[in-house]
Amino acid sequence: MDFGILVSEGPYTHQASDSAYQFCKAALAAGHQIHRVFFYHDGVNNSTRLTEPPQDDRHIVNRWSKLAADHKVDLVVCVAAALRRGIKDENLAAGFRISGLGQLIESSIQADRLVTFGD
Amino acid sequence: MSEGTVKKIMVVNRKAPYGTIYALESLEVVLIAAAFDQEVSLVFMDEGVYQLKKGHQTKGIEVKNFQPTYRALDDYDVNKLYVEKEALEARGLSEEDMCVPVEVLSAAEIGKLMEQQDVLLSF
Repeated sequence: MDFGILVSEGPYTHQASDSAYQFCKAALAAGHQIHRVFFYHDGVNNSTRLTEPPQDDRHIVNRWSKLAADHKVDLVVCVAAALRRGIKDENLAAGFRISGLGQLIESSIQADRLVTFGD
Repeated sequence: MSEGTVKKIMVVNRKAPYGTIYALESLEVVLIAAAFDQEVSLVFMDEGVYQLKKGHQTKGIEVKNFQPTYRALDDYDVNKLYVEKEALEARGLSEEDMCVPVEVLSAAEIGKLMEQQDVLLSF
């Protein structure tokens, strides 16, 4: 099955990004495809390379970057939501790209299932 | 994505208009979905019914009043707006309080509509 993913909450404050990541990992391990993860609302805060959590905690941003590198998952950050929150190309982590909401709609048309992680 | 695929996309609005950004950013999704020529509908339930309550005045909280955008939805051929009957009643509201034409449905009826959708986006 081909999944599209929507993450609509920021890292650490909310479990959405963790759950989305665990879902992606499990789905890929089971042979499914994740063609895109779209970050919206405060979800765009998952994409800044300025993120520096304590050493003994998970690095949510780097974890997404690695998933993108290992499985060619397209990580898309909504441009309007990103600019509102100070996320720009200059502080974007590896594997992420900034694009429009059309990418979310396209993803929901293309995917067999769109799965939302948020409140 | 095959050319000309049209999916039924339902955007579910559950939150009050100004305490969080969900309502505003949900509207942005609706406008883009409409531009993709998809079959878009909107549901307003729980606190979300306040998004359509006539007469938003946001000057005091220094936030942009985006209520006029709901009135523009018809220009984008988005005219399937459903409002949860129980949510209106619980808040002492009625169809006349809504700023745009809507169809008031029970939660059970909205549930049935949801079953017919290809995509549900909940904000």
